[in-house]
Amino acid sequence: MKKNRIQIRIIRVLLFLLCCFLTFLTIFPLWTMIVNATRSSVQIQQGMAILPSTHLMENWAVIMGRSGVNLLTIFRNSVVIAGGATALCVYCSALAAYGLVTYRFRGRTFLDTFIIVAMMVPTSVSLIGFYRFMYSIGLTNNFIPLILPAMATPGTVFFMRQYLLGISYTEIIESARIDGAGEFKIFNRIMLPMLSPAIATQVIFSFVASWNNLLMPLMLLTDKSKRTVTLFIASLKFANVYAIEYGAIYLGCAISLVPILVVYFLLSKWIIAGVALGSVKE
Amino acid sequence: MKRRNRKKNVSYGRYGYIFLTPFILSYLIFQIYPLIYTVRISFSDLKGFATKMNFVGLANYARILTSDAYWDSIWNTIVIWVVNFIPQLFFGLFLAVLFTSSTVKVRGQGFFKVFMYLPNIITAAAVALLFSQLFGYPEGAINTILVRLGFEKFEFMRNVAATRGVISYIYFWMWYGYTMLMFIAGILGINPAIFEAARIDGANNIQTFFYVTLPSLRTMMLYILVTCMVGGFQNFDIVRMYNNGAPNNKSLTVMMYIYNQAFSGDFKYSAAAAASVVLFLIIATFSVLLFILMRDRDKGKKGVGGR
Repeated sequence: MKKNRIQIRIIRVLLFLLCCFLTFLTIFPLWTMIVNATRSSVQIQQGMAILPSTHLMENWAVIMGRSGVNLLTIFRNSVVIAGGATALCVYCSALAAYGLVTYRFRGRTFLDTFIIVAMMVPTSVSLIGFYRFMYSIGLTNNFIPLILPAMATPGTVFFMRQYLLGISYTEIIESARIDGAGEFKIFNRIMLPMLSPAIATQVIFSFVASWNNLLMPLMLLTDKSKRTVTLFIASLKFANVYAIEYGAIYLGCAISLVPILVVYFLLSKWIIAGVALGSVKE
Repeated sequence: MKRRNRKKNVSYGRYGYIFLTPFILSYLIFQIYPLIYTVRISFSDLKGFATKMNFVGLANYARILTSDAYWDSIWNTIVIWVVNFIPQLFFGLFLAVLFTSSTVKVRGQGFFKVFMYLPNIITAAAVALLFSQLFGYPEGAINTILVRLGFEKFEFMRNVAATRGVISYIYFWMWYGYTMLMFIAGILGINPAIFEAARIDGANNIQTFFYVTLPSLRTMMLYILVTCMVGGFQNFDIVRMYNNGAPNNKSLTVMMYIYNQAFSGDFKYSAAAAASVVLFLIIATFSVLLFILMRDRDKGKKGVGGR
């Protein structure tokens, strides 16, 4: 018995150390980024540091001094696109999921399977057609093709559907109908509040996915004034004006990542709980 | 929309259609139509600023299917994905079992979960750029540490295996936490009665894992396999922002190949479209294979205790 207890203790400590190591792997690059964002290129070339230094403002000047960098505009663009896409995605997906679960109609089982299949379809393979489509109607260099397609996100519909299947609400709807409420009123006034955990989760994930998207803005947006945060990051590498300004590059990464980190740490509990909320249940 | 109930039995069925219309309509417009359009372009000679395209039959496909660069990019994509996915699956599963274990309780799980999932949420492009700086030569942080430890500086970005390895590591770094959380949810969804029965039968931890946990996780495993495989074939952000396919195009993935065909050089949309369609077929084949391999062969025979 004693041997077993000691064994389990040792294993626990070892596994705890493993988890600490993995946490270190997460923290190390990000901390280095923050530290190096405050050091000059010369300092960075000389070696590692654990504590920040004093050259933050110089690096900042390098970034702002390069052509066409207006951080406020860049962030505003990302917020507009991600916000619009998220609002549309979550609302339309909630509508669709509610329709699928509540009503019986011809083709419902087909649509149920279709959603699952659509979730697995690689979307990047229709990019060329999508681009030429937008090009032919003159919508390149425009936010609309980055926002509207979010209405069709099978993954979110599936997530909402799984959530709906887990709660019983038929009685509430029945009584609402008896009271004379129309179906849309029922959806907006009763179902949306009931769906709030799922909606909160999907708002986070949808916003993050849109915010982090590189390929779509890269393909569609050419105006410097319409740049998103991801395009700004891409310019740090490809614009050829930052080549040896190591401090500035680290600062650029920090500028784009720190907001996400702040929001993440504030909401981490809900985010982690939500990841698996709508996972595959059978 | 006020309805006057003239009949006693009111059919609400049609509201199903109404509620689904925004989703279905936008899916048709923004997913189905572009897909069809892509196929159409793949059979044409569209490139550059042209607005008209001519039918050229299978010429694009012939060129793509015999193109070394294309198949190299497929190979790169697969290598990078496999090197990423195996550790990702292993650690995701291992940590999930660890964090749901009733015998080995590690302290601070909440804390660890926060930091293990964190990489999944931050911008991949920024992460890749950051890592390209960390592994830079001669001034990157990693090289500085190597020197401090007494080793030689190493040109990570010029070495094929190192470039692919770091890219795979970045993907692993970003996704193992997500995989872990999904498996945790899967394990928590298993009927506790099965675990009780196994414990009563005298199974130890390892036996429980292989004979109870793993089989019950089949659906989740299939979901993770398929979504990770589909995602893996479309790797773009990290690979492009880390080294842009260098050295020697040995880390160029399929999506980068397609993107470069369409948006640089000759702007050969037709070639890119054909490449996209071939990729789609490859992904579809692997998906079907995975489904067949992992299908639930006892689906009809599940008893009361089954999932």
